[in-house]
Amino acid sequence: MSSRAIQFYFRGEVQQVEAISPTRTVLQYLREDCHHTGTKEGCAEGDCGACTVVVGELASLDGKECLQLRTVNSCIQFLPTLDGKALFTVEDLAQIQALQTLKDTHSPAINAHSAHAASKTLHPIQQAMVDHHASQCGFCTPGFVMSLWAMYENQTHAPTRTEATEHISGNLCRCTGYRPILDAAIAAYDLPRVTLEREPIISTLKALEALPALSYHIAGQRFFAPRTRAELAVLRIEYPQARLLAGSTDVGLWITKQGRQLSDVIYLGHVTDLKKIDHQDAYIEIGAMVSLTDAFATLTRLDTGWTELARRFASEPIKNAGTLGGNVANGSPIGDSMPALITQSAEIVLQHGASTRRLPLEDFYLDYQKTALMNGEFVAAIRVPISKTIAGMSAYFHTYKIAKRNEQDISAVCGAFAVVLNSAGIVQSARIAYGGMAAIPKRAASCEAALVGQPWSKALIESAKKALQLDFAPLSDGRASAEYRQVIAANLLTRFWFETLPADAATHGAHGQAPHVKRLSDLIPTQAVEG
Amino acid sequence: MNQATNLSEVIHINKDPALKNAGPIGKSIPHESAHLHVSGQATYIDDLPEWEGTLHAALGLSTCAHGRIKKLDLSAVYTAAGVRCVYLAKDIPHHNNCGPIVADEPIIADDVIQFYGQVIFVVAADTYQQARAAVRLAKVEYEAFEPILTIDDAIKAESWVLPPVDLKRGETAESLKNAPHRLQGSSAVGGQEHFYLEGQISYAYPKEDHTIHVHCSTQHPTEMQHLICHALGYRAHQVSVEARRMGGGFGGKESQSAQWACIASLLAVKTGKPVKLRLDRDDDMVATGKRHGFDFEWDVGFDDEGRILGLQIQIASNCGFSVDLSGPVNDRAICHIDNAYYLDAVAIRSLRCKTHTVSNTAFRGFGGPQGMFPIEYIIDDIAYYLGHDPLAVRLINFYDDVTQIAAHPETARNTTHYGTTITDNVIPSLVKELAQSCDYTARRAEIDAFNAQSPIIKKGFALTPVKFGISFNATLYNQAGALVHVYSDGTVLLTHGGTEMGQGLYSKIRQIVAHEFAIPLADVRFSATDTSRVPNTSATAASSGTDLNGKAAQAACITIRTRLAIFAAELAHTTLDHVVFSEGHVYAGTDDAIDGKGLQKWTFGELVLRAYQARIQLWDSGFYKTPDIHWNPAIRFGRPFYYFAYGAAATEVAIDTLTGETQILRVDVLHDVGQSINPAIDIGQIEGGFIQGMGWLTSEELYWVKSGAKTGHLFTHAPSTYKIPTAADCPSIFNVKLFNNQNVENTIHRSKAVGEPPFMLALSVFSALRDAVSAAVEAETGIRTKLKPKLEAPATPESILRAIHLGISQPFGPRP
Repeated sequence: MSSRAIQFYFRGEVQQVEAISPTRTVLQYLREDCHHTGTKEGCAEGDCGACTVVVGELASLDGKECLQLRTVNSCIQFLPTLDGKALFTVEDLAQIQALQTLKDTHSPAINAHSAHAASKTLHPIQQAMVDHHASQCGFCTPGFVMSLWAMYENQTHAPTRTEATEHISGNLCRCTGYRPILDAAIAAYDLPRVTLEREPIISTLKALEALPALSYHIAGQRFFAPRTRAELAVLRIEYPQARLLAGSTDVGLWITKQGRQLSDVIYLGHVTDLKKIDHQDAYIEIGAMVSLTDAFATLTRLDTGWTELARRFASEPIKNAGTLGGNVANGSPIGDSMPALITQSAEIVLQHGASTRRLPLEDFYLDYQKTALMNGEFVAAIRVPISKTIAGMSAYFHTYKIAKRNEQDISAVCGAFAVVLNSAGIVQSARIAYGGMAAIPKRAASCEAALVGQPWSKALIESAKKALQLDFAPLSDGRASAEYRQVIAANLLTRFWFETLPADAATHGAHGQAPHVKRLSDLIPTQAVEG
Repeated sequence: MNQATNLSEVIHINKDPALKNAGPIGKSIPHESAHLHVSGQATYIDDLPEWEGTLHAALGLSTCAHGRIKKLDLSAVYTAAGVRCVYLAKDIPHHNNCGPIVADEPIIADDVIQFYGQVIFVVAADTYQQARAAVRLAKVEYEAFEPILTIDDAIKAESWVLPPVDLKRGETAESLKNAPHRLQGSSAVGGQEHFYLEGQISYAYPKEDHTIHVHCSTQHPTEMQHLICHALGYRAHQVSVEARRMGGGFGGKESQSAQWACIASLLAVKTGKPVKLRLDRDDDMVATGKRHGFDFEWDVGFDDEGRILGLQIQIASNCGFSVDLSGPVNDRAICHIDNAYYLDAVAIRSLRCKTHTVSNTAFRGFGGPQGMFPIEYIIDDIAYYLGHDPLAVRLINFYDDVTQIAAHPETARNTTHYGTTITDNVIPSLVKELAQSCDYTARRAEIDAFNAQSPIIKKGFALTPVKFGISFNATLYNQAGALVHVYSDGTVLLTHGGTEMGQGLYSKIRQIVAHEFAIPLADVRFSATDTSRVPNTSATAASSGTDLNGKAAQAACITIRTRLAIFAAELAHTTLDHVVFSEGHVYAGTDDAIDGKGLQKWTFGELVLRAYQARIQLWDSGFYKTPDIHWNPAIRFGRPFYYFAYGAAATEVAIDTLTGETQILRVDVLHDVGQSINPAIDIGQIEGGFIQGMGWLTSEELYWVKSGAKTGHLFTHAPSTYKIPTAADCPSIFNVKLFNNQNVENTIHRSKAVGEPPFMLALSVFSALRDAVSAAVEAETGIRTKLKPKLEAPATPESILRAIHLGISQPFGPRP
């Protein structure tokens, strides 16, 4: 590995940046170094979306090399992680529009009158935002534009209202109340389509791939971005104190919010082997650097039980940047992937040098922010078993996340439930785990014990809820009180039971009638409706 | 375009003899900066190119809620990389105060620490990162005192920022005693963080001869100017403050921008360098004031129909450690305790509690929402107690409208408890129209049917009204100035005392000015609000921006247009009443001269150039003061409001009875903006205000640490923990309509103010949530209790579940 400049595609050419602190954020680079101030800082912690930019990376789709465009929060992405990638900001959209206008020989003559002329240089997403009165103070607007532009580039059809909502899940607006922004997201597709010309960018990124792996040393701080697992393993042993950096959705805040100094950094984002999803008959192995977006796409295909969790897990740009491996390795008591993974008997794959070992995920967590990770070891993958359908057995798996807000919030309680019932309706196995209830993500041992071998009934649920009280002694904080956590943890068991009832059995439910509507989300139409 | 048509016909069509203009008034024209917003080209203060040598400031904040600094060791701060200046209270040359009304708020704490997060020193360094890194190096020891953190504790300790206030009308005690029914109750509503997306920022640069220019993200440039003067010991003509646009304000940049403007200016003068102070989001949330939280206790008497006969109520607000704007905020709460209801006998006690938390301030509605909260709660309780539909109880309690007053003038119910006679009431007809358009009765039945068969999810429904007084309570602020330049090429540059925070003020005023000259919108531009262009401005607040500045700008335009008309009449040898400004042209001439030499026609630019050559003044100022208002602050009596804005919302919600989570399903709004100047902007204000109000009443919980080392620390100090609504919270059915009305008062184009009133439409969300909680309790207990369950705002999932458990007699412990 040799020392060289950070190189990435930006504003139509390869930019070279040297001698920059490894923790200089993309946003600081844009605003302070380049004086490109279209991208705004709203919170510097990835929660408001004013800084949203789009990052392009080479990926393969159906065996063909393509450019994957995804939103990230530039306020918590470090500039060196852009090496070999492409960066797009709100200022790029006018250029994309202008190129299209040049290409389009039938384009109407540009009206010289000022306001009108300006509007002609707007991208359809921007024009729709103007036409639908989707900006008021305008500060959040560039972030919304970029989220919607990524959507626009990635799907050729107009979104449903629900889809549009998901694409802007990481963008806060304090002025409009969102309705006009959602309207604009859909209406942009009515305007003549304007798309990014991707081929030159793909070839540029391919050329950058040929460069040696990035590593450099500045002011006592080393930055490494190895390309292979083997290189990573060597570095990990050589620099055991180095901070491993994945999506930086947490580490980014250490810098911007806590003012912490990192010593050496090993960035995992270029380790190709860690970005793979390995599909086997018995399991799926998700590489540690697979984004949460891709991980959830795979997991929800595997089992719809993941859907609710995937929907409420962070915002789109955070899921694009954050990784499943990072969520698991971080080991936060309120990390949302672990309870579900634990109930699915997932294993964590750890590597030290050339050797790997596997641990049941639940055994990885020892105590608050303490894991079984050894010196020189790193998380390589998460292995999720594929449960086989067994004749006569019914398996149920559901996940729930409870927080103050529907989208993009930290759990008060996150619960995952997996039971297998035999044909007689007796519980054969039960794995139940919670986040937010203890210092680590943790199984509900007493509750599980109370369930196994018993008929799956309302009465059983009531006794299991009592047993659950023995499993946890949660804390009170600004998110929720201990008592509330206890009550809803137990109530989620009731919800799970309700949702396992077959439609006809439900008619004999506790209230004597069919529970037609089980979840609030069932009440939301996917399209806007005139009442 | 220029139909050179019969002049008398032209004049006849036009309301104003000098104008024939289809014009921009009443049209949904995009925001004047929309094309800049979407392309990232709208310049906020942090986007300005930096002057050479600019220093960046950062704040050293206290980590103690109440106490005295025992030891302040800043040695490591002084020697940190890039640090150019460390500044303490003792370095302030003149007044160490940024309190807008009472001088009780230090710019930098100099003795006693009053809240966790108070500024104790500041640093200026070469870069933003260096300044932020340096302030972390301070070592501070405190002698801690016992802090007062809650309203309850403040009342017990009789800890006030201002003395308690009573406002009484009628014989309340007697009325309560004689009332057929009587209920006592209590509730509370939390505060609210503004969460403007652009945080607080000021950028000051010193100029020659002891003058300074400050770019400040503020709603109140003149107050910034004054407070900077007081801190520096300067006089007003030494300081200019400029504000082109804010990335949101909502009241949070009225008085709360002052501390940062002062600090940036102090550092700039001290170092002789330009100094920018941009607050990091966490610092912003910890160190700036918020909406006041309130506790309520009441005793209400009513008749069999639910008509309120007497109300005794205590409203206690958390003002934080200093006065700030708490006086007028609480006065507005007092003046909105009635909302749209006639209260014959009422006794209000208003407590202005001092706590060791950040000093609370203006926030959209300015105490109005908190004033209205309890009366809607009370109406729901009365309806439930009597078994009536809440809408029926609301209807019989409304103030009389014109028809009702005419029917029984002697017993008219149209005087407020503070002595204003209401003459523009439209709430009865507005509410009836909404009830019909939202299908109130049928949906009420549908929701009951749904609830009867849905064990886990319960729905709730409510329709609530809004009546909101427009004008600053303090009469003196109801004035504005504008400055209009017509350049010799016919383009117009305009400024006034109002500031643009996204609400569309500049857009509306541009429409007004383009209309007055009958010229295209593109010919009118706005220069930034600047105290050196228009002086002695009032805050852009109290929803009054367009009312005041629109009239002032119009006055300036009329002065200039009249000069141009006289000049045109002279040129055409005709009289003034034969001059018409229309569609970018000016016509002058007489009827008998039609198609002859007598009718002259110029483009606006042509006439302007000729006027310039003839040495006619093409620029002028305009001034406006709201007529007919008066207010006696000592007894809180008079006509503080020029008129009222009305509206109503019907909201359908669902709650999850297992977790307390909520979903807003459908909202129907009918709102009165008089004759709208720009319907799209007005609807934007209504929808945005509604969602912001919904956030206040549902997910936006401010939580202060109650014990331990971080006592008094705001736990919810960032968007990770403080949850404003997202797109997923916007109801999928959201019908917003403007009520067909025009202002009975002579406001600009008969429009009405729209900034704040819609915020309170969200009270329908809270009322609907209580309705759903009632349904949950009723389903669980099988009995319809006579009282709705106690629910406090914000109705977070925990608050909802807490209310259900209280209703079914399985209460949670208190919220720690």
